[in-house]
Amino acid sequence: MQPFTTLDGLVVPLDRANVDTDAIIPKQFLKSIKRTGFGPNLFDEWRYLDQGQPGQDCSQRPLNPDFVLNHDRYQGAEVLLARRNFGCGSSREHAPWALADYGIRAVVAPSFGDIFYNNCLKNGLLPIALSEEAVQQLFEEVEANPGYRLQIDLPEQTVTTPSGEVLRFDIDDFRKHCLINGLDEIGLTLQHADEIRAYEQRRNQQAPWLFGNG
Amino acid sequence: MAGKTLYDKLWDAHVVRHNDDGSTLLYIDRHLVHEVTSPQAFEGLRLAGRQPWRVSASLAVADHNVPTTDRSQGISDPVSRLQVETLDSNCRAYGITEFDMNDPRQGIVHVIGPEQGATLPGMTVVCGDSHTSTHGALGALAFGIGTSEVEHVLATQTLMQHKSKAMLVSVDGEIGPGVTAKDIVLAIIGEIGTAGGTGYAIEFGGDAIRALSVEGRMTVCNMAIEAGARCGMVAVDDKTIDYVKGRPFAPKADVWEQAVAAWRELKSDADAEFDRVVRLNAADIKPQVSWGTSPEMVAPVDGAVPNPFKESDPVRKSGMARALEYMGLEPETPITEIKIDRVFIGSCTNSRIEDLRAAASVIKGRKVAASVKQAMVVPGSGLVKRQAEEEGLDKVFLEAGFEWREPGCSMCLAMNADRLESGERCASTSNRNFEGRQGHGGRTHLVSPAMAAAAAIAGHFVDVRSF
Repeated sequence: MQPFTTLDGLVVPLDRANVDTDAIIPKQFLKSIKRTGFGPNLFDEWRYLDQGQPGQDCSQRPLNPDFVLNHDRYQGAEVLLARRNFGCGSSREHAPWALADYGIRAVVAPSFGDIFYNNCLKNGLLPIALSEEAVQQLFEEVEANPGYRLQIDLPEQTVTTPSGEVLRFDIDDFRKHCLINGLDEIGLTLQHADEIRAYEQRRNQQAPWLFGNG
Repeated sequence: MAGKTLYDKLWDAHVVRHNDDGSTLLYIDRHLVHEVTSPQAFEGLRLAGRQPWRVSASLAVADHNVPTTDRSQGISDPVSRLQVETLDSNCRAYGITEFDMNDPRQGIVHVIGPEQGATLPGMTVVCGDSHTSTHGALGALAFGIGTSEVEHVLATQTLMQHKSKAMLVSVDGEIGPGVTAKDIVLAIIGEIGTAGGTGYAIEFGGDAIRALSVEGRMTVCNMAIEAGARCGMVAVDDKTIDYVKGRPFAPKADVWEQAVAAWRELKSDADAEFDRVVRLNAADIKPQVSWGTSPEMVAPVDGAVPNPFKESDPVRKSGMARALEYMGLEPETPITEIKIDRVFIGSCTNSRIEDLRAAASVIKGRKVAASVKQAMVVPGSGLVKRQAEEEGLDKVFLEAGFEWREPGCSMCLAMNADRLESGERCASTSNRNFEGRQGHGGRTHLVSPAMAAAAAIAGHFVDVRSF
């Protein structure tokens, strides 16, 4: 996993609540058996005027000029500013894969879908939950100031605005540790292999039907 | 000290270790696998040179991409075909039990798990699919995971988890005739919102939930994720145990009584405390129809599309306006004046035998309206299909003008060939009305099987209670 420590990134605002993972990456692109290459199809239905198909050369497709990701001032954005319940819906990890492949490194919103939030953290993508008021203020500042950037510091758990205002965010210690160090969680878990085996033995005594055929 | 919730009991029974940072390594009993969210996990396993921890915990099936028409020619879309073949070859390589596309037991992963007795009370059940919450209807702790977690479960049979808060949604009293499990859960989501359950594990209780069949409870738990909760669950009772008995993967005679004794404990203690309690009066719940692009955007069938100008919250207001524009609806249109182009009866929410019976009972002796371009029934599994055919339900559907298809996810998410054209409006028994969910530009209205059936006959939504 790509480690995440600090980021000074251009912000793109997506002013909609309840953005679901179907919108982030539509279903036809889920047929891929790879983890990469989803970036050109991020927000496909909003971003293009035609209907996207897997394997298409997206550089030839008509862009929706009204969609914020297509505005010149937001090209190269690495921070997505969003509204409440971002990433609700399906468990598809293709959603964070698409965001990361596009170049987004952090998403700032008042709240996130639970599964999406988890999935981000496994892919070096930092979801940052701030209050509704703070997010509203950021939306206003981004709209008013072309080239608006945020400085994100994961070890310090802070977001700093261009005016120097510091906003703190929460993240649990284990996930923070994994993200900062780009750690392989499976490798960490397997350090406890003996405990997993001991649990299985204990459980097999109590509930042998759980260890039958499968 | 307060007693334990059902969620506490399920959680506590699966703790492998508590970590210093407050997270828990949780043991996973059953891992359901499908073709869309597993290929990258198997690839990760292979690249790291790891083996599955316990292959007998996994059960695989292809459901999202499979055609629902004649399968003798295989899958024509090469991209879909490769994904299904990749599941087949991964299962073969690692020795994982798989119901392949031509197996009579094939079907939607959340239908076949309970149907086979592969998901049982007291289990932790995961799958790379958010509707894994379905299995909580059996008194299991069941939740959807992403592909990295699929790989983690394959490699370690565990997940690193944080315990959620506990919510009780109690539906008190009796539901009226013509009101179903689907209407109950849509009403709940309408009440608490699509983020109302975020961070919570929801236990569904109350007289109206207890009165539901186990299949009805699956419909309710299925949509817990639509309320934001990763898992929904219902306490074990006689219905649960009767449901499980005799299923192929269920405990056999020698341990059956022991299993039942353990399962009887799977209910919240009388003095258990929940972090949040939501109560609904069952008698107030009417048949529901979604009007927007989020499952919280629902109205009773005798109601109307809301007016965004009457909404004070600016974010909600703009969301409603956007939804109405996408859906091609005017504010304050009566629900029963909304005409439909297609009808889809299926999905992990509503494709079990009781759902098909409910729809067939409405349709019997009637014809699909001439204005409806297509009405289709996609049974949840090969065994549901066979059962329905034994009961003659297929003939009822076919005579009315419905198509009778092979099992799969189908038009719930339109990964196969079944989809809406842009601008088409569908009465659907599925779970998500997101933009583009059933096809680019398609417009989805979520309803119960009986309501979908009635809409197919009338050509527009009607109140099934007086149909």
